[in-house]
Parts: sequence; C-alpha cells; structure tokens
Amino acid sequence: MKLIGAEKITNTVGDLCVQANIALRKDVLSQLKRAYAGEKAKRAKDNLAAIIENADIAQKEGLAICQDTGMPCVFLEIGQEVRIGGDLQKAIHNGIALGYARGYFRNSIIKNPLKRGTPGYLPPVVHTEIVKGNKMKITVLPKGFGCENKSGLKMFKPTAKIDEIKKFIIETVKSAGPDACPPFVVGVGIGGTADYVCLLAKKALLRKLKTKNSKLKNTSKNSKLIALEKELLSLINKLNIGPMGLGGETTALAVNIETYPTHIAGLPVCVNISCHALRSASCIL
Amino acid sequence: MKKIKTPLLSADIQKIKSGNEFSLSGIIYTARDQAHKRLVEALRKGGKLPIDIKSAIIYYCGPTKTPRGKIIGSCGPTTSSRMDEFTPLLLKAGLKGMIGKGARSEEVRGAIKKYKAVYFLTYAGCAALLSRYVKSKELVAYKDLGPEAIYKLEVKDFPLIVGIDSYGNDIYREASTKIKKFSEVLRSSTELSDGLLKSEGGEHIW
Repeated sequence: MKLIGAEKITNTVGDLCVQANIALRKDVLSQLKRAYAGEKAKRAKDNLAAIIENADIAQKEGLAICQDTGMPCVFLEIGQEVRIGGDLQKAIHNGIALGYARGYFRNSIIKNPLKRGTPGYLPPVVHTEIVKGNKMKITVLPKGFGCENKSGLKMFKPTAKIDEIKKFIIETVKSAGPDACPPFVVGVGIGGTADYVCLLAKKALLRKLKTKNSKLKNTSKNSKLIALEKELLSLINKLNIGPMGLGGETTALAVNIETYPTHIAGLPVCVNISCHALRSASCIL
Repeated sequence: MKKIKTPLLSADIQKIKSGNEFSLSGIIYTARDQAHKRLVEALRKGGKLPIDIKSAIIYYCGPTKTPRGKIIGSCGPTTSSRMDEFTPLLLKAGLKGMIGKGARSEEVRGAIKKYKAVYFLTYAGCAALLSRYVKSKELVAYKDLGPEAIYKLEVKDFPLIVGIDSYGNDIYREASTKIKKFSEVLRSSTELSDGLLKSEGGEHIW
C-alpha cells in the first residue's frame, strides 16, 4: 500500500495548472515551428509567428498563453495499491483553486449552467481510472471553450463505410473554422458508447503530437490507425483554412485517434477539437 | 503597419478596406456575451448605457485576472459570432468598431455596411502578446460579471486586421472562396465512393 497525502496532491495539481497554462507543450510548439517553416503565404506566416512569439512571452512573463484558461479537465490514473490520505475530491479542487489563483488565471466556471452568475475557478471535470501498481498519474488539461464548442458526436450505423467517417471528421473541422483558432489539433474517438467515445476524443489530445521518430509499437492495428491519422491530417490541410481561418497550408497540426471496442449495433465517433493552444501537464506521484 | 486612433471618424472609416492591417491607439471597451445581453436590454428599455456607445470600439474580450505589477493579464479576442444577435442594435446606436476573431453573420455584415462601421480581427490565442499593447485598464460597468465586465482599455499600437469594412467586404467570404470543397478534398483520397460525393451538403460560409 502506498500512501499519497491530500496535501501532496493539492500542491501537484496547483503546479500542473500553472505549468499547463503558461508553458505551451514542447511537442505543440515544435509542430507550430514546423508549420511556420512550411507556410508560404505572408499572412499565414505572420499569424504563426505571433502564436510562437506569444508562447515565448507567456513563459518568460508567467502569463497565461490564452485568456481562456479553460475548464480544467483532470485525468487521474490511480494505482490500485495506492491509498489516498484525505479527501481526494477536496484535494483536487484545492489544487485547482491554488494553481489558478497563483497564476492569476481566469475565473471561467459558473456553477449553474442555466442561471449563469458570477464565475469562479471550480469545479473541474475529473476523470478517474484505476490501474495496476502503486503510482498515481495526474494530468491537467485546461480546455478552452472556443474549440470545445465545436466538438461533434455522431452515432454511425455499424455498416458505415470509412469514407463516411472521414467525411464527418473533416466536415466537423470545416465547421469549426476560424472560431476554434486554427491550426487545430484534432482529437478523434471511435468506438465505446456515446459518452465514452467523447472521453476518447478528449484523451486523444493528451497524446504527444508525432515527431519524425514516432515510438509507437509497430502493430498492424497501430499501422492502420497511423495511416488513417496521416490521411485525415493531409485531407484537412487541403481545406486551406489556415491559421486564423485566413488561408494557408496549416489547418491542423495533427489528428490523434483513440479507439475502443463497441457494440455490434453501433459505431460512435466523436471529434474533439483543440485550438493551437493545446495545453496539458502531467506528473506521476 | 498604418496607425489609426480613436475615435474612429467617418473619414477614417471610409478609407479602411478589408484585409488592411493597422495598429490602433486610443480607447476600446471590453464586452462579451453577458455584457452584450445587458447592453441590448438597456437599449430596448430605452435606458441609459453605462458607456458612451457613439463612435466607440468594443473588444470582444474577457481577460484573466491581473498579475501583480502588470496593467492587465492575458487578453486575447473571443469568438465574435456569439455576439452577432446583439450587434445590429448596437451599431444602430452608434457603435463604430468591433475587435474579435472569426466570421460574422450576413445580418451583421449588412448592419456594418448600413451603419458604416468596421469589424477588426486581432491575433487569436495570442493573449500574452496582446497584453503588451494595453497601457491602462479601468472597470466601468457590470463588476458582478467578473471577467465579462466592461473595462475601458487604453491601447497603443494594438495590431488589427480588417475583417469587414464599411462597404461590406468580408475577409472570411474572400477566404472561403479558396476553401476547398469537400468533394475536391476527397478526390485526392485513395478510398473514394461515388455515393459520398453525391450526398455532399451545402458549402460553408461561417
């Protein structure tokens, strides 16, 4: 049994909130720089240059990359041999409040979705998975709502052709357009249930964007998925939406797909779009 | 980049064309979803507005809190289309400029043309960078809305791209003619099905 104390969890969550919001993920920044090098049009280059400069300023001055510091999505992978010392939910919530206050981030969360009211920092959305072992992995993904608002879910018939699914994914990206701040990172979930597929699409955003040396295991399933991700990225970039939707070669930096078994009568597909400010940070306790 | 300053006069507005780039100095007011709802309710009830809307420029922005020693926190633009339903009435009341990101509705484009105003874009998701152009910040209305309150900002050399000019020219409509039709995009896919091409829906102009 490994004991992890509430205070440790709170402090870790606090640190992750700050880190995620001010330090753009290295893999995202790397793809943005690649995109800048690949763009030909001046306006597209200028927009990407501003995005890259913004990331630099945010990190140097401890400012949020985007004023929409999002609705924090917390992913917990708790080893089944871990014992939590204290109230886990309180520890997480205290961590979010601590981090967001320390970073002077935005209070974007309203308690009553219908009544609205004065926003605060809490609560986050928390997903918990029990896994093997004696460690606890905490990931914080502050999800901005400009792009979250453009997510899409479709329950395909089990006999649907792959082209119909590609069409849905590409059309969802097209509908997102300039409002969701391209270039995007497109998270896709395939399988599961109506709710689980949306979680898959969100989790897909946590995966590191592919660099030249992808370390994925060379299995047949993986190679088919990798091929589909590559093809979708190429098709999406042919749309020419570009940075800020003003035209260009880079409409998306990556397409990440996560799959799960599903029912014989169904084929759920979800697209969760992230803007170029894809922010997440993890720690293993 | 050409410099412009507030207030935006008719003579300035006439010269502004979609796609132009400017750096703006002067006063802008932040206002987004909830503030717009209240402003329009006040207009409909014939009440007084908390800001002088005539010739004003509104910036669709809800900034983060302000760190110690800074004038403002991160303050990039939010999605303008959410304010579309409120915009024609504000333009009628004298609003002359809006700064945000994303396309506007046909109704808003028509109102911009009718009332001779300008819709500007600024760098989306570049909130830390944009904070450098804000020289002062003052809360003027709706404090209870938190980040959605109306703040009066003094800006210097704030970077703008003209989205819609007073003639109704729209940078996104121009861009969308270049956006590939889905059918063209799919043609380059190796697994093509004829049925899919036939069932394609209408084109998007956001």
